[in-house]
Amino acid sequence: MSVLRQFCAALVSVLLIAFAAPLAAQNADAPIQRLLQEHGEIIAKSSRRTIGPAIDALADSGLLEAQAVLERWQAKEMWFDKEAGLFVYAEEIDRHTIRAFDFADGTELGEFEDKGFKQLKPNSGIRGLIGAALVRFQLNDPNPSARAAALIAIERDADESHLAALRAVKETEDNPRLRERIDRLERILTIRFAEDDAERIAAIESFNGDLGVDVRAVLNPLVVTSLDAAKTLPNDPDVVGQVEYGTERLSAEDAYELLVTKELAVPRITRGDQKAALIANIDVDAVAGIEVASLNTVTARDMAYAALAREGAVEPAATAAEVAHAFDVYVFFERYRNASPAVAIAAQAVLTGIENKVALNQTIDLGLDALSLASIYFLAAIGLAITFGVMGVINMAHGEFIMMGAYTGYVVQLFIPDYTLSIMVAIPLAFAVTFGAGVAMERLVIRWLYHRPLETLLATFGISIALQQLAKNIFGTQARPLTAPGWLDGSLVFNDIVSISYIRIAIFVLALLFLALFLIVMNRTRLGLEVRAVTQNPRMAASMGINPDRINMLTFGFGSGIAGIAGVAIGLYAKVTSEMGSDYIVQSFMTVVVGGVGNIWGTLLGATMVGTMQKGIEWLNPSNTLAAQTYMILFIILFIQFRPKGIIALKGRAAEA
Amino acid sequence: MTNVALDTAPARQPTFLLISNPSVLIFLACLAIFTLGVTVLAEGFGIGVISTSFVKTLGKTLCLCLVALAMDLVWGYCGILSLGHMAFFGIGGYAIGMWLMYARTEIIVVQSLSAAPLPPTTQEISDGIAAQIFGVVGASEFPPIWAVAHSLPLQLAAVVLVPGLLALVFGWLAFRSRVTGVYLSILTQAMTLALSLYLFQNDSGLRGNNGLSGLQNLPGLGDVPQSTVSIWFFWASALALGLGYLLCVWVVSGKFGSVIRAIRDDESRVRFLGYPVEAYKLFIFTITAVIAGIAGALYYPQAGIINPAEIAPIASIYLAVWVAIGGRGRLYGAVIGAAFVSLLSTYFTGGQAPDINLGFYTIQWVNWWTVLLGLSFVVVTLFAPKGLGGLFDFIASKRSPSRHGADLGPDAGALREKEAET
Amino acid sequence: MYKKLLATTAALTTMAALPAVAQDCPIKVGVLHSLSGTMAISETTLKDTMEMLVEQQNAAGGVLGCQLEAVVVDPASDWPLFAEKARELLTVHEVDVIFGNWTSVSRKSVLPVIEELNGLLFYPVQYEGEESSKNVFYTGAAPNQQAIPATDYFLEELEVEKFALLGTDYVYPRTTNNILESYLQQKGIPAEDIFVNYTPFGHSDWSKIVADVVALGADGKKVGVISTINGDANVGFYKELAAAGISADDIPVVAFSVGEEELSGLDTSNLVGHLAAWNYFQSADTEANEAWIDAWKARMGDERVTNDPMEAHYIGFNMWVNAATAAGSTDVDAVRTAMYGQEFPNLTGGTAIMLPNHHLAKPVLIGEILEDGQFDIISQTEEVPGDAWTDFLPESAVLVSDWKELGCGMYNTDTSTCVQIKSNY
Repeated sequence: MSVLRQFCAALVSVLLIAFAAPLAAQNADAPIQRLLQEHGEIIAKSSRRTIGPAIDALADSGLLEAQAVLERWQAKEMWFDKEAGLFVYAEEIDRHTIRAFDFADGTELGEFEDKGFKQLKPNSGIRGLIGAALVRFQLNDPNPSARAAALIAIERDADESHLAALRAVKETEDNPRLRERIDRLERILTIRFAEDDAERIAAIESFNGDLGVDVRAVLNPLVVTSLDAAKTLPNDPDVVGQVEYGTERLSAEDAYELLVTKELAVPRITRGDQKAALIANIDVDAVAGIEVASLNTVTARDMAYAALAREGAVEPAATAAEVAHAFDVYVFFERYRNASPAVAIAAQAVLTGIENKVALNQTIDLGLDALSLASIYFLAAIGLAITFGVMGVINMAHGEFIMMGAYTGYVVQLFIPDYTLSIMVAIPLAFAVTFGAGVAMERLVIRWLYHRPLETLLATFGISIALQQLAKNIFGTQARPLTAPGWLDGSLVFNDIVSISYIRIAIFVLALLFLALFLIVMNRTRLGLEVRAVTQNPRMAASMGINPDRINMLTFGFGSGIAGIAGVAIGLYAKVTSEMGSDYIVQSFMTVVVGGVGNIWGTLLGATMVGTMQKGIEWLNPSNTLAAQTYMILFIILFIQFRPKGIIALKGRAAEA
Repeated sequence: MTNVALDTAPARQPTFLLISNPSVLIFLACLAIFTLGVTVLAEGFGIGVISTSFVKTLGKTLCLCLVALAMDLVWGYCGILSLGHMAFFGIGGYAIGMWLMYARTEIIVVQSLSAAPLPPTTQEISDGIAAQIFGVVGASEFPPIWAVAHSLPLQLAAVVLVPGLLALVFGWLAFRSRVTGVYLSILTQAMTLALSLYLFQNDSGLRGNNGLSGLQNLPGLGDVPQSTVSIWFFWASALALGLGYLLCVWVVSGKFGSVIRAIRDDESRVRFLGYPVEAYKLFIFTITAVIAGIAGALYYPQAGIINPAEIAPIASIYLAVWVAIGGRGRLYGAVIGAAFVSLLSTYFTGGQAPDINLGFYTIQWVNWWTVLLGLSFVVVTLFAPKGLGGLFDFIASKRSPSRHGADLGPDAGALREKEAET
Repeated sequence: MYKKLLATTAALTTMAALPAVAQDCPIKVGVLHSLSGTMAISETTLKDTMEMLVEQQNAAGGVLGCQLEAVVVDPASDWPLFAEKARELLTVHEVDVIFGNWTSVSRKSVLPVIEELNGLLFYPVQYEGEESSKNVFYTGAAPNQQAIPATDYFLEELEVEKFALLGTDYVYPRTTNNILESYLQQKGIPAEDIFVNYTPFGHSDWSKIVADVVALGADGKKVGVISTINGDANVGFYKELAAAGISADDIPVVAFSVGEEELSGLDTSNLVGHLAAWNYFQSADTEANEAWIDAWKARMGDERVTNDPMEAHYIGFNMWVNAATAAGSTDVDAVRTAMYGQEFPNLTGGTAIMLPNHHLAKPVLIGEILEDGQFDIISQTEEVPGDAWTDFLPESAVLVSDWKELGCGMYNTDTSTCVQIKSNY
């Protein structure tokens, strides 16, 4: 089988080469090809550290084709013909064949099997360098998008020559938006590269209060300081101020280390060095007259080392008194390292102003994150607020209804490739599927257990693990893609700090819609009236002609259906796996219990509290998200101890229903 | 059968406990015969029909039976559906695991340092142990939580004290504010989740997700084959189960037992009668936590590794399910349930169960066992609330007329769990 | 006394019985991968791989004149169960070799059992190193075969100056990040330019962390992310990256746990250009790889992808077959001795060699994510010998592993002593 395949492949390639041979008359002496050949080795090596000369040579060659070559190269379209030893550009036709063209005049050379060619794949570092080299061609390009590309290249990877280039096109640019960007970029490059301090300071001050990351990125390096030590604080302009040792900025160890490196103090000896010195000086079975066997304590080792030092066998180590003396004599201070004092001070002043604004904006961003997390929790919990909060049914399979909704979305996308349309279909379908599942579960299981809540918990838990495993059996264990439509891609950007993705906004809106839906259904419809009646007193309701069975079934279905829609939303923002439901179930119950059972506003408050708390703790301890979850749960446990009925406790008759 | 017989003929003196409870004698006799049988058949001291890995499975199953017993006491008798008892079980395992790891590593470190030119200082030994234990999780210092890990008696005390104290504090807080029914279940589940998330963190000082491993190797007994060690632990587990059973029987008999069953059936009424309901519940909650801790301390040296996943909320739910399937409110029911379900799980996930070919689809038990297990909870809760233990009633009632009071039947007045209806 | 003697004899006979049984046909190959639970996502693929390899070998005539039989057990992503099932495989099924495990904790659970019963385990997944057991062959990448080259790539090719090390909170990311922190500091990156963050398994709320990473760029240094985020959590992470509009040119992300399998769970159009480092990519352009992919797709379906741990099993299994053939027996000690120096062609070209420290010498590949969920290989090194003990942590730098000459997996070169024969678990 495979022999046959290989034979066919070989046959095809022979035919191809035979067919292509007459066309492959590439001009090896064209100037551009010669230039490439000259730097062939480093181009083939394709490393950012060594590629510089090749890119410079191409860019500076003055050849008309240079721009095209750089662009092709950047787009990974440059190939090397191993046999002829020439560079070409090519497009891939299929897995094994390419169509090659000559760089010099763009003539087609024919179709080839790709075995004889090596594709040059510049990594993104090299692509950045090529982009920077292309700037000079692109800045004057009549096409605005090419000019924009040049600006992006400068933003990413600026060098000194770009400043002049920008200044040259600053006046001629007619596109107002590009002109604005050029202006900003020119000021930033001025700060970085200009020679004249006054010019730099003016540029720095023009950014007062600007929140852009790029501004901070250019200012921060200017105010970098280095530590120094002297007997008295020098009166130089670049000295920022004195630093106390033993603080967070400068630990006592580091401070002493600084003195040692500046040869102002004698080094101390570490335990490891001490041990090595002792071992080196073992004489039969004793060190400086002290038996080796007794050297199993720190004091014994200190004594032995001191004895060795007295004998002159080792360098004496700094004593505690010497260390204390050194700290008494010297002061530590910081100096600006990267810029002249005037520029550094100006940068510091502007930065201080910016930092305050940044802190404010970060708080706002954190608030948005918290709001978004709260809306996700609310969305996950709202179905539960109906089944648990209103009906008092513990549904441990609630998470699996969320999962079913998400998988419904996935299946719909398999059939309807258009993402917008598929979401439009998926949402009602997810509702229908989980509504049906909820009704079935209520009819078959839950209604037999209305007076035994603990057993409902167990039975629904059984359903939950069965459904989870069923999903695994059907959809496999890999995470499945559920892709948001294009208009939900990206994020709403207020500035470089405050932004929120559209998908989260959509979830927030959805949560609000559900809240409204819940309120309308419960307070404004016949169904809601009947639900409330049945909840408060089923027998009385039944005697008024309401069918409690039917109402229970519909309510449970409604709660489950909402969980299904929540599943689609959660799947869009996170992932679709068989275990996604169990991630939310405990949190959802917490949300409902904390908020106060039986009250949708309580659930809303609960979700807000849980979300805000979690983000707050994360902010306090940014390197460990797990800790945030742990402490949040602990907090909730404590909270429930002191407010067992939740934030909004039902009062009066409703509470006893 | 056990407890109910006591209701009608209360045993005033403990000496009559066994005599008035033939089922206790039967249970202990079964346990003894089982232990003896396994010993004879196992590799360690017997003829080697039962493999060491299966002896370990059986030993672990006995520990699970013990914790199920505790669960039955707290749920079946006292009506508190705790979803936190596997957390106590895990804490017991961690407590003993710390000593096992420390002592085992200490031997290795001392041995390797003895070859060094200078005799090691205590600090160096301690650093060496820390590097060995925490090297894999990228740390090299002992966290404060390991302060007494070097001492077996202190860690053994921790097996009992840590779960006991945690249960005492948690129970006191919860019962004091009258958190009952499903709320309490959810709260205990949250406690379990918090504990497992805490242990998942590396910063907890218990090696995070990796947990403590190599626990089957007893320090200083490296030369004893696992076939022997497994039998030792099997005996210890059987002994613990026997003692635990007696303790539970003693607790649920007599007036004390009647009060806690009354609390299960109608908490408010018992409170109005003047009983300190909270104190009773706290006692049961704490003592079962201690039993769970001991069971865990016996379980994990047989399992060989403990990590936070063992404490995840789902484990505690499984525990409740075992008890439900076995038949709650009867102690032997819990034992049967735990043994039955966990052994069946071992069988089906082991890949030994034959696949069923339906022609159009092949049922692989590995994939479908969980589905079956899940659905069986539903079936048991709906149709057989007495669980497997109910079978015994069925057989017993054939022989003698029913002599006991209300059961845990679906609509019987005895189990209204009224507090949860709100 | 008598009992003890009996017990010892019994134990000895079991030990002695193993090789004797091994000569019998069929030769049993244990497969210890979770088929249920959280790890089933990754491990089921490897179980299928092993079954395919065993079938292929049987079609080619088996080993030593015997057919092979795969004994599959399911440890159900439950770590203690791994130890139990390993014991069962070795004592009840009496397998000659085990291929299995994924995640370090499962390996640490199995180690004492394998070492006690003198079994043989092939571990196919990239791991944190700091271990070398006599009874385990590590066919996945050690940190110096994945993390260090990727970091070098960041430092040298992308000129990254500030690092965000994001990981799931478990031992592999912890240890890897520890090594990387130490390595980066040796390369002159100050400690304050290394941001480390750990998230739980399956984490989904990434907006804050992504914002934190973006904010790192505020001091004008190029930021790069080294991700040891595991499994499902990646889906949310990459979705958030895409939503924040972070292109690979601004903040490149290199991942050590994201392969073709993980990418099949999400839309990659926004992730183009982000990186992954592995020893294998499906896109590797060799004939062996093409045949391998064809066989896999023919068996499992067209939409299935191949990945790095599969190649590790492919190499490990073939090396074991060759070693058993060379040794003329499937006896563990004989096979182990025959393993050293075994060579087998990689699917990516070049040759993998089994070193005396039980690790492979393999090439390191760095790939950029493409729109179709595949990787474009932009860098491929020569074969890098796997290092059991990293050179970048002071405690480990003095340790070496050499089972062939020194007979020790944890040999201290400072004191010239073997720290321990059994491994650290």
